Amino acid sequence: MDWNALIPLLVTLITIAVILGGVLGGVAYLTLLERKVSAWVQDRYGPNRVGFDFGQSWLWFLRKAWGLGQPLADGVKFLLKEDVIPGHVDKVFYLLAPMIAMGTALFAMGVVSIGDTPAPPALVMSKPIAGQEKSGINVLTFPTSIEDVKRLERSGELKGYVDQNEAYQKRWKFSINPGADIGFLFIFAVGSLAVYGIVLGGWSSNNKYSLLGSLRSSAQMISYEIPMGLSIVGVLILVGSLNLERIVDWQARNGWLAFYQPTALLLFLTAIFAECNRLPFDLPECEQELVGGYHTEYSAMKFAMFFLGEYTHMITTSFLTVALFLGGWHLPGLEAFLGADSYIALAAKLGLFMAKVGGVVMLFMMIRWTILRFKFNQLMNLAWKGMMPLGVLSLLGSMVVGQFGLSPWLLLPWSLAILLLVTALGAFLPAEDTKVHFKVTRGRAPSASGVVVRRPAGAEAV
Amino acid sequence: MSQAKPQKVKWVKPPKLGLLEQMYFPTVISGMATTLKHMVGTLTGTGDKNIQVQSYPEERPTLPPHYRGVHRLNRDPEGRVKCVACYMCSTACPAHCIDIVAAPSPWPDREKYPETFVIDELRCIYCGMCEQACPVDAIELTTIFDLTGMSREEMMFDKEKLLSVFDKTVAAGTDPVRTQPGRLGVASLPAGAGLTGSSSAQS
Repeated sequence: MDWNALIPLLVTLITIAVILGGVLGGVAYLTLLERKVSAWVQDRYGPNRVGFDFGQSWLWFLRKAWGLGQPLADGVKFLLKEDVIPGHVDKVFYLLAPMIAMGTALFAMGVVSIGDTPAPPALVMSKPIAGQEKSGINVLTFPTSIEDVKRLERSGELKGYVDQNEAYQKRWKFSINPGADIGFLFIFAVGSLAVYGIVLGGWSSNNKYSLLGSLRSSAQMISYEIPMGLSIVGVLILVGSLNLERIVDWQARNGWLAFYQPTALLLFLTAIFAECNRLPFDLPECEQELVGGYHTEYSAMKFAMFFLGEYTHMITTSFLTVALFLGGWHLPGLEAFLGADSYIALAAKLGLFMAKVGGVVMLFMMIRWTILRFKFNQLMNLAWKGMMPLGVLSLLGSMVVGQFGLSPWLLLPWSLAILLLVTALGAFLPAEDTKVHFKVTRGRAPSASGVVVRRPAGAEAV
Repeated sequence: MSQAKPQKVKWVKPPKLGLLEQMYFPTVISGMATTLKHMVGTLTGTGDKNIQVQSYPEERPTLPPHYRGVHRLNRDPEGRVKCVACYMCSTACPAHCIDIVAAPSPWPDREKYPETFVIDELRCIYCGMCEQACPVDAIELTTIFDLTGMSREEMMFDKEKLLSVFDKTVAAGTDPVRTQPGRLGVASLPAGAGLTGSSSAQS
């Protein structure tokens, strides 16, 4: 048996363990951060009581510890709580739903690199590939085997790949599956499955509030996947690859995509807020209307799994935002200062990536306390009437630049211009119905047909 | 459900939005600035004056003297229990949590005194009706609000415990004796005596 063949497997397993552990630990502390940020924004201190003293007086120096023991206490609580399965639920799907919600969110971490992962070398042929002469394609996307590649190098059709590949194999890679060319397509494919967790959870609970929440959620997630897709097709056109490492590498050489396509970044951020069911798009679980939304009937660890899935989704999409638009591990001048491949540079890049992800997560949390929840019609209007046209216009710019080989910097004025145009255009569109006023009476609105009624001709408006 | 009367209906017109507000993003950014201001204020301590939170076990709240917390049995100037075992508090009590056993008073200024006086603090709803009912101002509710115990028996407050609450709260100065010291009220007078003079009954 060839034991050397097991080493990559071992490395992968260790990477999986580290990243999974890191993400789950991160999720646990995100719940604490969420509560802390909420508190700070609302002029409170937030949870600051639970430390790591476990009631032992000799651990006095770990008492309180800024409330860092809170996630541990929450975890223990979730594990030890009574796990109620109501009698009226569809048991199979009821149990499956939280697994899907959490599993799909964790899957996406498979192709995201968390630090400096080099882009795999491309198989660039010296002349167009046989059968592709007309289109002039000279990048071999599916290398058959290393023997084939070596044969091609000997014949001079391919240059330097073997050496580059050897150097690539020796580099550190902070990723579970480095060099995955399927890249963010995989993330979207798996991320879209997350809606099954919510729909199944709502449906199998056999409860009208859960069902309403999950129906809203499915409509919302499907609607927001379109502007999300439109916003990243522009990236795809500029970079020419779905591979996240290549995208980061492109940004390290040409500048961050956020500077070329700020509108696409804005669309992407808005769409991932909706995908993660975060405020202002948390309609699937809005407490005021739907009790708890799709997880009303869930308790103990199954509820916690929905919760963890949501926060994992948040981490994954933050990683994606950083990799796609904010340059990943790249910071101008960092490589010149620390060298490309030293351990200090690797650590700095890892830290930089994490810091950027942390920044996006903080944005998530601050938006939560800034923008009010949308109504469902507003949510749909925003996606179909606002973000779709904006996404198409943004994509148009990328297509023109990509097709005619123009400077990508032309995209910046274009991006800002369409943003200004579309938002300003909204102000000049005819309002829905200005004659509709809100009827305010004492107590609940008595009108059976709804709250909104037309003001009669003689009535005074204040 | 009946229709509201037209004259009672108030018609509200939504405020008109300007161009910048209709463009949405400028308002979002100004909203983010407000959020950030509060957050930075809390984190750096410059916004401490805004903080409405008390760090409870270290910082104790100052409660108003009419707060309805744990009961106490007041003492008269001689240090004896003021209560005359008239049962008015236990009659008034909606939770039936006061249990009194009366006995002939060993002192000449009243007819009866409580041999035992037990309040079930777990059953009590802290409505303060015992305080209102007491004719001699013997029972009062204090500002002690954080009552804890390890067993139900512990939460049955007997006469000694209630008197010790009086000693504690008066010494701490948190709950001064709110009613006048001195002579006991009409309920302490021998049977019939309080009812003859209308002036004393009213005072």
